[in-house]
Amino acid sequence: MAALGAPLRTLRELLRELRRAAGRSYRDSPAYRHVLAAFRAHRVTSEKLCRAQQELHFQAATYLCLLRSVREHEALHREYHGRGERSPQEVAGLVGFRLPQQPGGKG
Amino acid sequence: LWWARSPPAWLPRPPPAAARNCPVGPCGRRAYAPPAERKRFYQNVSISQGEGGFEINLDHRKLKTPQAKLFTVPSEALAIAVATEWDSQRDTIKFYTMHLTTLCNTALDNPTQRNKMQLIRAAVKFLDTDTVCYRVEEPPALAELQKNEWDPVVTWAEKRYNVTIGSSTSILGPNIPASTKETFVSHLASYNMWALQGIEFVITQLKSLILSMSLIDRHITVEKAVLLSRLEEEYQIRRWGNVEWAHDYDLCELRARTAAGTLFVHLCSESSTVKHKLLQD
Repeated sequence: MAALGAPLRTLRELLRELRRAAGRSYRDSPAYRHVLAAFRAHRVTSEKLCRAQQELHFQAATYLCLLRSVREHEALHREYHGRGERSPQEVAGLVGFRLPQQPGGKG
Repeated sequence: LWWARSPPAWLPRPPPAAARNCPVGPCGRRAYAPPAERKRFYQNVSISQGEGGFEINLDHRKLKTPQAKLFTVPSEALAIAVATEWDSQRDTIKFYTMHLTTLCNTALDNPTQRNKMQLIRAAVKFLDTDTVCYRVEEPPALAELQKNEWDPVVTWAEKRYNVTIGSSTSILGPNIPASTKETFVSHLASYNMWALQGIEFVITQLKSLILSMSLIDRHITVEKAVLLSRLEEEYQIRRWGNVEWAHDYDLCELRARTAAGTLFVHLCSESSTVKHKLLQD
């Protein structure tokens, strides 16, 4: 079985990611309610090695990884790759030129 | 002459040339400008249950796939996750971040039109060039790292599936016996079509059948699987330094896609039942 750590920690981080993704009304979002309900349903078992509990924990950890990586990927994209093409004015300005002004538009 | 035709009607028309001081191409817009992104056009995202499964509603409209089929998923948890993806889009819709939606669209439309056997064969074909079976001989530190990190996974796979895989340092790769491939083919045949799309996706991302199976069997986490898949890159990063806009970017994207694929497989192939234990007096 994968080394996952404490389920409580995974749950807390997952809820934090969902709150970041949702915005204002995160507590009413279906994902938030579904995750909480699933964790509550699998909490109390008298078996030490509950297979369903471990499956749920693995799924939660995977979903957490998904949300976190998507957020980080988008942040990196915005910072490094999101700027698009420079306008001709900016390109000219890079080497210190200015575009000529021609009355009546370009020939 | 594709540039001579006017741009498709669904793209927003750019302002007339007199309003901008840019070189204007023959079709009236800047050359190499990326297509304008779709703005978020809906307020609420909700889920409803139809005859085929669960559907996503954007305000009052039902979500459709790119081939205009109705978007239905078999699992409620998957529908909730897709709805969360749509709900987390702010001003513009960034389709490249919506991996679960993309996977569902692929499963529903099947654009490559492959049947179950073709998907399985494509997946098992990766075994011949599996990442964890391809070893280097030098630098010795990397060879040692590969032995320490990849050997346990190969041993686990051999024991779990009762097959012989081995590893190889030759350029031709490992020699996988036919019985091994048949075992994997029959194992993968036990998954349904949707889960198979997900499995094939994960294998294509990680470039390894063995790592994907150990991920799907919950033997390793997504982060560990991605680390093992990128082992040589991690070694070079530790040696020569990390470049955030390339290395971290690729790492996050690979993690996101692999996590989405794994979650997709598990949500499409699970059947959850809650058994209530009787209280013993």
